[in-house]
Amino acid sequence: MQLIIFYVFAAVLLFAGAMVVSSRNPVHAAMFLVLAFFNGAALWLLAEAEFLGVALVLVYVGAVMVLFLFVVMMLDINVSSMRQGFARYLPIGIAVAAVMVLEMILVLGSDQINVVAATAGGETAVGSNIRAIGSVLYTVYLYPFELAAMILLLAIIAAILLTHRRRGGTKHQDPTAQAKVRAEDRVRLVQMQAVQRRQPSNNEAGAKE
Amino acid sequence: MSFMPDFALAAPEIWVAAMICIVLVADLFVPGKNSATSYYLTLLTLAVAAWLTIDAQWGAEAMTFSDMYIADSLGVVLKVAIYGLAALAFVYSRDSLIRNKLMMGEFFVLGLFAVLGMMVLSSANSLLTIYVGLEMFSLAMYALVAFNRNSGTSAEAALKYFVLGALSSGILLYGMSMVYGGTGSLDLGEIAAVAAADGDNILLLFGLAFLIVGVAFKFGAVPFHMWIPDVYQGAPTPVTLYLGTAPKVASVALFMRLIGDGLGAFADQWQTMLIVLVILSLAVGNIAALVQTNFKRLLAYSTVSHVGFILLGLMAGTEEGYAAGLFYAVTYGITAAGAFAMVMLLQRDGHEIGDISDLRGLFQRHGWSALVLLLLMFSMTGIPGTVGFYAKLLVIQAAVNVGHIWLAALAIVFSVIGGFYYLKVLKVAFFDKPEGELEMVAPGGYRAVLAGNGLAVLLLGLFPQALIAVCMAALA
Amino acid sequence: MEYVQEVLWILAKIVALILPLFGVVAYLTYAERKVLGWMHHRKGPNRIGFGGLLQPLADAGKMLMKEVMIPAQADKALFVLAPIMAFAPALAAWAVIPFGDGLVVADINVGLLYLLAMTSLGVYGFILAGWSANSKYSMLGAMRTGAQVVSYEIAMGFALVGVLMASGTMNLSDIVRAQEGPFWHWYWLPLFPIFLVYWIAAVAETNRAPFDVAEGESEIVAGYQVEYSGISFGIFFLAEYANMILIGALASVMFFGGWYSPFHGIPVIGPIFDLIPGPIWFIAKIAFFLFLYIWIRATFPRYRYDQIMRLGWKVLIPVTVVWLVVESIFVLTGFGPWF
Repeated sequence: MQLIIFYVFAAVLLFAGAMVVSSRNPVHAAMFLVLAFFNGAALWLLAEAEFLGVALVLVYVGAVMVLFLFVVMMLDINVSSMRQGFARYLPIGIAVAAVMVLEMILVLGSDQINVVAATAGGETAVGSNIRAIGSVLYTVYLYPFELAAMILLLAIIAAILLTHRRRGGTKHQDPTAQAKVRAEDRVRLVQMQAVQRRQPSNNEAGAKE
Repeated sequence: MSFMPDFALAAPEIWVAAMICIVLVADLFVPGKNSATSYYLTLLTLAVAAWLTIDAQWGAEAMTFSDMYIADSLGVVLKVAIYGLAALAFVYSRDSLIRNKLMMGEFFVLGLFAVLGMMVLSSANSLLTIYVGLEMFSLAMYALVAFNRNSGTSAEAALKYFVLGALSSGILLYGMSMVYGGTGSLDLGEIAAVAAADGDNILLLFGLAFLIVGVAFKFGAVPFHMWIPDVYQGAPTPVTLYLGTAPKVASVALFMRLIGDGLGAFADQWQTMLIVLVILSLAVGNIAALVQTNFKRLLAYSTVSHVGFILLGLMAGTEEGYAAGLFYAVTYGITAAGAFAMVMLLQRDGHEIGDISDLRGLFQRHGWSALVLLLLMFSMTGIPGTVGFYAKLLVIQAAVNVGHIWLAALAIVFSVIGGFYYLKVLKVAFFDKPEGELEMVAPGGYRAVLAGNGLAVLLLGLFPQALIAVCMAALA
Repeated sequence: MEYVQEVLWILAKIVALILPLFGVVAYLTYAERKVLGWMHHRKGPNRIGFGGLLQPLADAGKMLMKEVMIPAQADKALFVLAPIMAFAPALAAWAVIPFGDGLVVADINVGLLYLLAMTSLGVYGFILAGWSANSKYSMLGAMRTGAQVVSYEIAMGFALVGVLMASGTMNLSDIVRAQEGPFWHWYWLPLFPIFLVYWIAAVAETNRAPFDVAEGESEIVAGYQVEYSGISFGIFFLAEYANMILIGALASVMFFGGWYSPFHGIPVIGPIFDLIPGPIWFIAKIAFFLFLYIWIRATFPRYRYDQIMRLGWKVLIPVTVVWLVVESIFVLTGFGPWF
């Protein structure tokens, strides 16, 4: 039963992957990528890596692809000009790909391969692989984990550096200044001669203070 | 079981990481023109890091962070060379950045990030840390290449660099996954043990091929050199200077850790691959450089040929060969820094030196700088008396000692061919008629550093023993 | 046979959950209009049925019978798909919500993450709707909602991390169990700043007033749904209200002790209030949050788009991060009855 489910998800995954590449419309391609991520997540769930599966959906589908779609939506991609030279490079591309595939089959298909059976943790005592991941992340893998954080910081700085520029003419709001503003900054009270022929009312008299 | 790692051992990395954050914040809040605070803080960071590195790690042989971090003499030499070259790059960069209104504190922050990435790479003892270090340093470099946001060529160069760099990282990662599949471990020591025990593990060999491709990409060895000329020419010159120096040392670190430490047992196999890379790099680099008219592009192709020499040393697979490759990378870094600094020193008719012909009449106008250029070009050619001679000598010696005499002969032939275009630059600078305006725009401090740089090339050429001894000791 | 039985049982649970949900959505719209009416000092719907009670049914009938129009230049496949993509996650998320002790469709370990994943998926429906309709207003609405939802997801995610730290589990039933006790044992008290951030982010995530720039009827007509009519518009409507109820349920589970009565565990009155079954308490708490939604809508003027972004990035995220640090001190010192 599990095998059938696996093949169904794997088949949809491959189909979606193929459609990402061959789809003519970039938004459709992005949506097929979303589908592919979903099926990938489902495969992880089948392997009882529920944390990775849900994290894949959360991070890639929930955030990365939304931003991706955001950009793709605004582009006006001319598919025909993108496909220019496609036919010209096709034979070379196919030849290289064929050689690569052949080599990989020869190497990976040979019976000399001895992939070390991965000692996957599987079920831990608590039965939750979140706990298992959490317990090694800050201990065994502390160093690469912290470095990954530094890489993210670097990415933030680089992205802001390359894109952020202060333009003139924008009407930025400064809430601190708004909150700090006092009556004296906005209203200037001037002393002036009252109109002669009319008795000033009480209100006007108060405003002159 | 206690997981508390020995933080003190990794003090240099922690210090630099902390200083990155401090420089970032200081740049925002400390007033001052042209990010002077960031500049001096950065230099201070590198100086203290050098002291910390030498103090804590020289002669040590210790691991921490679950054996993902290794502190040894090799790491010290690599890291100190990286600090030195990076500091040189920062010093040279400052005036050019200010002149071109590109001075922003982020330059130093990104530069320090690249240093941190290279440090991690130099001390890596696990596939994971190698990859993380490599990515950190590459990512910082991509951003630096695009640093001049208003320049189209800068953006183009950054995009090319990024796409090819990402591709090569992918290839490297694929190779790593194969190695992991074959050994079941990310730890380089364990990988080496498995490789030694199982000499013809085909999965490891398969992975090795991808690893070599990835490493060659980072080096810029032919046929994976396509990005080098465009990136060198398109990037702002201060960035080119940085990119052309310290990362070469980092690439040596990548090779030593990943291939040397991890898959040393497969030396027979990767030597063959490297020989191909060496021959192609020497041939393509030198011959393509002959026809270049742009000075930065010429230096780019000359880099490719020098990478061929570095790989020739590493190819030997002996301690002597590794030391020669390391020595070559460090001294090439010093020489190349000077050569790129020449570009920023001068302006012809109000713009930066572009074509080689812009240098015409340099000797008549600014004699001493022409002499510095002479020293640098001699060193790149490998003329005795300059440090380039010893670098080439050691590399070729190492190749001969492992029996690759014809390869050594080929290297000599190509370095003679290479001599031609270096001399062509000198001919333009010394013998062509001065015309138009060739103005020296850099201030006095810059000139002093450049003169010192030229002198260093000379002095190291006359008394290379100390540096050679250090390189040998690092590998002992 | 056993397998079939199991599947049927799950299906039955799903139906038992979803059908009432539709009814609640329908009457939530009625409640909203009534409450808004009272707050505006008017009567609200009062013509159909006693006090307007049949109004939602009339609306539903009207929507079902109207024609679904597809603009000529629209991307038809995505245009049809979009409402479904908006609605499906809103329903799917209900699978992990515990109504009472053990009363849950799927009691999974990563419940909290799953919920966050599902709430973040709804945005696809809105973005695709805006893009596929090939209309300027739609597109503007889609861009606004996309940026807004992605930004506030971060603050909301951090807020959930706060709950996760306090309870030490991602299983929603266990989170409720960790809050067992009277109302001052619930997490809203020690996590008060995080609770506030969560609630503000939740209002923004569901595109409700005062963060409803994505619809912004006075500036971009109705945003991403401007080209939708008939039942396809109705599905967007359903999705929005189903999401509101979901967010209310989530808030009750994480900060207000789920199915526990507010006086649970107090010597004399505790057992008396415990006579009322857990699901009733849970539904009462959801109702409170739904009222809060409507109350906020009636009270605050709409934020401007850049103000929304500023609030999300420069206020909410820093507040959560700081409070996470404070909370870790609480956790380490075993502060109060909560940790």
